[in-house]
Amino acid sequence: MNTTNNNQSQAQTSPLLGRTGEPLLTIKNLHANVNGKEILKGLDLTVRQGEIHAIMGPNGAGKSTLASVLTGNPAFEVTHGSVTFYGKDLLELSPEQRANEGIFLSFQYPVEIPGVSMVNFMRTAINEQRKYRGLDQISATDFLRLMREKKELVEMDNKLANRSVNEGFSGGEKKRNEIFQMAMLDPSLSILDETDSGLDIDALRIVANGVNKLKRPDNASIVITHYQRLLDYIIPDFVHVLYDGKIVKSGTKDLAFELEERGYDWIKQEVEETR
Amino acid sequence: METIKNVSVPEVSLSGKLEGLEQQYIDLYKQYHEQIKQHSASVMNLSRDVSFGLFEQLGFPTSKLENYKYTDLKEPLSGEYGLNLNRLKIPVNPYEVFKCDVPGIHSYLYFVVNDGFYPVNDTRNETLPEGVIIGSLSQMAEVHPELIENYYGKLSNTKKDGLVAFNGAFAQDGFFMYVPKNVQLDRPVQLINIMRSDVDFMANSHNLIILGEGAKAQLLVCDHTVDDVRFLSNRVTEVFIGENATYEHYKLENTHTKTTNLSTLLIDQQASSNVLGNIITLHNGVTRNTIEIDIDGENCETLLCGMAIADKKQQVDNFTSIIHNQPNSNSRELFKYVLDDMSKGGFTGKLYVARDAQKTSAFQTNRNILLNKSAKMRTKPQLEIYADDVKCSHGATIGQLDETAKFYMQSRGIPEKEARLLLMYAFTGDVIENIRIDALQDRIKLLVEKRLRGELSNYEGCVICQ
Ligand SMILES: Nc1ncnc2c1ncn2[C@@H]1O[C@H](COP(=O)(O)OP(=O)(O)OP(=O)(O)O)[C@@H](O)[C@H]1O
Ligand SMILES: [Mg+2]
Repeated sequence: MNTTNNNQSQAQTSPLLGRTGEPLLTIKNLHANVNGKEILKGLDLTVRQGEIHAIMGPNGAGKSTLASVLTGNPAFEVTHGSVTFYGKDLLELSPEQRANEGIFLSFQYPVEIPGVSMVNFMRTAINEQRKYRGLDQISATDFLRLMREKKELVEMDNKLANRSVNEGFSGGEKKRNEIFQMAMLDPSLSILDETDSGLDIDALRIVANGVNKLKRPDNASIVITHYQRLLDYIIPDFVHVLYDGKIVKSGTKDLAFELEERGYDWIKQEVEETR
Repeated sequence: METIKNVSVPEVSLSGKLEGLEQQYIDLYKQYHEQIKQHSASVMNLSRDVSFGLFEQLGFPTSKLENYKYTDLKEPLSGEYGLNLNRLKIPVNPYEVFKCDVPGIHSYLYFVVNDGFYPVNDTRNETLPEGVIIGSLSQMAEVHPELIENYYGKLSNTKKDGLVAFNGAFAQDGFFMYVPKNVQLDRPVQLINIMRSDVDFMANSHNLIILGEGAKAQLLVCDHTVDDVRFLSNRVTEVFIGENATYEHYKLENTHTKTTNLSTLLIDQQASSNVLGNIITLHNGVTRNTIEIDIDGENCETLLCGMAIADKKQQVDNFTSIIHNQPNSNSRELFKYVLDDMSKGGFTGKLYVARDAQKTSAFQTNRNILLNKSAKMRTKPQLEIYADDVKCSHGATIGQLDETAKFYMQSRGIPEKEARLLLMYAFTGDVIENIRIDALQDRIKLLVEKRLRGELSNYEGCVICQ
């Protein structure tokens, strides 16, 4: 089986898709290194408007690496391939430009920033985004209203918003804070890297609910997860398996059930056989 | 109004071609000590010759001395500076120069121009609470000799420090503040040190601050330079804090790169007193702050903070010493440095806990960010603990900006430059939090941000007030 071809033809072959959204993100033959070691080894993926893609795969396969490369983390070096976002060469852009173009990453490990208040952080981010898009600074009242609205959406404790960014937040609170920021920034492509891990059942529902409410026909999500359960809440159009730096299998949400049941060994075997 | 340009201040010029750097000053003193005394107060003259003798013996400190390891004064001291030993009046209107209308801070406002107290008739100062005395040290020493005799030199004369001895020999005036028993000042007192001269100039001033039992005062000292010449200031401040008194000392330096600012702050704390020191270097040339706090009573609270932002070839050395002589007191120290370019920072945190000072708790932190490979920071905790029932800790770190945090911010659309700024600003946040005058805190937040953005001009005059 030629996994690359399989992957490229997903949009056409998907039984779920009668729609033909504009391609938002097109990744072709992406190779990337970290500390001189190749982690992504020829990855292809196309994400169209309105789609939700789930990416699953064993630990260390390169899922977070993909997220890092897409957001421009300087620790990762792209050696081959291309990534276009709305037709623009994404790899040419700085991390902040990518963000302001509409890419958002919910970090697997959100970062604590002592001394920088959530409010100041969010206001700066919102205003930078507005500046990038040629808009005026947000007014104080609009900003407060937006904060309140989005806090409610993810049922975030007021106290958290008054603290330094992620400082001393519990694991679950950090994840919820990621979705809060996503809601504030309203991205066109959100990448959720294991946002479900560390969340209790209620929080999982709230966070998933938040993601669903933010869904629009013109935006898209990539959801990285280890558990099929999240996909009960956030229903994917595609499920991909990332293994050893490549997408080796793509399917519908049924693939997630199959993985949950059978694990990854059969996929690894398939890959070995085709080598 | 006379313009600044027509002013010529110094009347004694030094050749500087003699054997050591000290020699010219030794000769100067020998030749002019009568004039020096004549233009000062008898209380200040009492110990003058002894101080001079001590200076002859010690000379200027070199970096070979343990306490001056991080300050090299050879270059600054080899300049040829004028001194104003005959106390010629300097025709300058400090308000004109600084437009110091103190919005929001509402201070009692005083000036020291070069090394002399500069009297102004400020209506705001008329409402000083009864019994409070603020003015020229040499004048007040003539008016209230009995008061000043008991204090002048009591902390400084025992110091084996060449700069302090030099000050004892040459200082003729300075700022004096006395807050009597149970009087609490309703507004901060602001002392503005202005350096102005047409030629390279040296100033020696001596400040004396006395708080009686239960008194309360906040002092904000601002250091400024006006003219584009080399300045060297060597100031000694003695502070006596009575029982149950509360004192806050803020020092804000915003001088130009041709300035060498040497200052010694000596504080004595009596029982149950509360002292906050916050020493901020925003912009400077070469700065050496010696801060020594003696805790001489039980149940004292001491918080000493400071920060420095330096770039280019600026140097900032804070030598701090907290001495617990009595039991049951708490001291905390927090210093932060942000160093860029070729700048150099030094920090010494000396902590001495005497054998009888049981139940002392003392914590010391010094954190530093180097933005550039050429910037240098040297830090040294120096703990001498002779009591056994104490809680003491110290920590020092030297690092770079947190790259992960920076990327996290960028990934939210915040440009790298702005992210760096936010991180640096956050880094200094806990020092700024320890400014207990709201208007001053707001002002300093703004100034620090401006400084980090590289937008702070140190020729603008009083940055606090404008
Ligand atoms: N900064 C780094 N330095 C060295 N190796 C790294 C670095 N970041 C990632 N790697 C390596 O790259 C490989 C892929 O890591 P990545 O985090 O992308 O995996 P993942 O698929 O997200 O795994 P998980 O499911 O455990 O989150 C791993 O072998 C990891 O050790
Ligand atoms: Mg991962």
